[in-house]
Amino acid sequence: MKYSLFGGLHAPRQGNAAFTKPIEPLPPPPQVVLPAPLRDGVPCRPGVRAGDYVTVGQKIAEADGLPAVHTPIAGRVSAIAPRVQPSGTSLLSVVVDNDFSDALCPAVRPPKNPGRLTARQMLSLIRSAGITESNAPLLPIHEKIAAGIGRADTVIINACESEPCLAANNRLALERPEELLGGAGVLARLYGVDRVHIALEREKREAAQVLRAKIQELKAPAVVDTLSLRYPQSAEKPLCRALTGRRVPPGASTAAIGCAVVEAPAAAALYEAVFYGRPLTHRVVTVTGSGIREPRNLLCPVGTPIRCLLDACGGVDPKTFKILLGGPMTGLAQYDMDAPVDRNAAAVLAFCADEERSSAHPRCIRCGRCVSVCPMGLRPVVLYRYAQAGQMDRLAQARLADCIECGACACVCPGRTPLLQSLRAAKQKLGRAEA
Amino acid sequence: MSDNRLNLTGSSAPHIRTPDGTRQMMASVLTALLPALGFAVYNFGPRPAVNVLVSAGGCCACELLFRLVRRQDMTVGDLSAAVTGMLLALSCPVTAPYWLLLLGDVFAIVVVKQLFGGLGRNLINPALAARALLTLLRPGDMTVWAAPHTAVPLWGAADVATRPTPLELLRANDLAGLRELYSLPELLVGLTSGTAGGVSALLLLAGGLFLMGRRTISWRIPAAFLGTAALLAFVFAWGNNRTEWMLCQLLSGGLLLAAFFMATDPVTSPISPAGQLLYGAGCGFLTILLRYYGAFAEGAGLAVLLMNLLARPLDEYLLTGHIDKPELPRIARMTGGKK
Repeated sequence: MKYSLFGGLHAPRQGNAAFTKPIEPLPPPPQVVLPAPLRDGVPCRPGVRAGDYVTVGQKIAEADGLPAVHTPIAGRVSAIAPRVQPSGTSLLSVVVDNDFSDALCPAVRPPKNPGRLTARQMLSLIRSAGITESNAPLLPIHEKIAAGIGRADTVIINACESEPCLAANNRLALERPEELLGGAGVLARLYGVDRVHIALEREKREAAQVLRAKIQELKAPAVVDTLSLRYPQSAEKPLCRALTGRRVPPGASTAAIGCAVVEAPAAAALYEAVFYGRPLTHRVVTVTGSGIREPRNLLCPVGTPIRCLLDACGGVDPKTFKILLGGPMTGLAQYDMDAPVDRNAAAVLAFCADEERSSAHPRCIRCGRCVSVCPMGLRPVVLYRYAQAGQMDRLAQARLADCIECGACACVCPGRTPLLQSLRAAKQKLGRAEA
Repeated sequence: MSDNRLNLTGSSAPHIRTPDGTRQMMASVLTALLPALGFAVYNFGPRPAVNVLVSAGGCCACELLFRLVRRQDMTVGDLSAAVTGMLLALSCPVTAPYWLLLLGDVFAIVVVKQLFGGLGRNLINPALAARALLTLLRPGDMTVWAAPHTAVPLWGAADVATRPTPLELLRANDLAGLRELYSLPELLVGLTSGTAGGVSALLLLAGGLFLMGRRTISWRIPAAFLGTAALLAFVFAWGNNRTEWMLCQLLSGGLLLAAFFMATDPVTSPISPAGQLLYGAGCGFLTILLRYYGAFAEGAGLAVLLMNLLARPLDEYLLTGHIDKPELPRIARMTGGKK
């Protein structure tokens, strides 16, 4: 087992109720909402029109350099109109009414001889499957892989949960190890490496066992690495550092240190795409939190309104004051339960207790905890001060761009200062100033 | 589901925070000081406890009134004023008159803390600053040391049996006299004359370890502080028995109270790990210097106070690599009140 000895925090343990719950399919939703991909903030025109009949897996929007969009259900396109999104804004979306027939699109068929495809062929299959990762939702994964081929000597499938409360990756490793290992096989062939590292937290003993047994059984080119991690060391860059000891230089990506990291759900989707020609249309979403009556892990179609997931878990506590899409550290607070689940949403959380512990009058007491938890070795307290004073040159100098927006600093702050919020705003301002 | 009836709030991530807030940190400090206070009650009767109540109450009242007058948000609930009051009472003689403590409270809270912008903005430790002021104002009142096992009356202290403190004997280079009055175990347990809370080395140490265990304070400042003081006392011992001299220096006076509870005040100590070590070492050095050559027998409190002034420049240099113009206190913006 490897230990990481830099930064991070033992996140408050709450909402782990879904950790032991099996993956269950969500009852088919009556409607899905699929936002068209955005290019520079302008939505691309979908390839279908209102009134068209679409089938499961049919491509409905595609644009160069952006992930393709497929419909997860069969039915009629009832509208192509702006619909509210998890970010709170309305975006041009394709609305599909479910006819519950589950008719499969004829374009979805397994390639001949999937075991003998060339890298180029595999990449083209991956490209048409519309796979992305949560840390770069607009970057199709085939571009990231293509850019890394030949540069990476260490390929890692990140099966750690990205945040506390989440359980989807654990369930994936436990219940669908062959998909993860299939993904490992695809990655090994793509990158030309002997074996792929599957990174798991130390707590996931059972999942590690299952995976190791399966690796033996299938003779898969993979090896399981368990790590003792604190939040947010399962993020790409800290994970590489924990696993290989290599540090990503400021401003660079993991490719600079010869590492390629693929998130577990994306790895499973790679396997589905290469061996079965299936696009990414579903994902496992953990629904949990103090406001959820029956925490569950649901396999749900991308584009399902959040409302359907909450209903499938027995509804929410009437005292619920916050509903999140995503994890508790970086997720987005939701106002409208009609907002659809996107393809990288790992969780829907509802909170009814005082998890937030915010203060109307935040106040830095200079304790320095933010400095000690920062996984990137930044000084959040100093950045915060510069951000408050609007000192943009100082912010750039203090490596604000390296902030991975994990929220660890704000989480531990005893004075409850809005560190992450302020640093995010400053990053945007800095980005605009540079552009 | 009927989300229309839900009253949802929206705010920026993160959506969970650790339960350990400022209030909980301050509550830990208060808790960690209780054993030392308990021993003081055993040693001197109920007077130390009453002193603490009066002083903490005075500090809270000052903070409440000041912020009420300036129409600022109420901060008494963060318990930092109570900690200041408790520390002041514990670092004064048991016999200190109540009015003197209350005067110290006003100075600590109004002048040192609130005029600089309140918790997080003060440059020096309010309790230590108040203690320094009281010592300079009323040196007579501040150097009356009740003998151990003396029931100090709740009012007045004219006829209390007194005895020189270990530190005064050390200052006079009278190790033999010290040996006669107090044994080393007595110094450790706290059966000596001295300040209300500073007598029991053992219980202060326990409180300090409790705070370190809860990560309320870091180990760096106390370790560097005590380590430097011990080293200097050992190397520059007066007399032949170096070890005994060093132990007497460590166990007497306010050194432990200062090392665990004053120097570790997050507001007035450095953030950077290296800065904390340097700061602790500076405190240790100044303590020995002041104890050897200062006008008063005690030096730890003043040492911390002096190092407080270096905390922010140290941080500026170690955290950012350059030294900014000092942030001006908010005295200039007295009118109107903030927010």
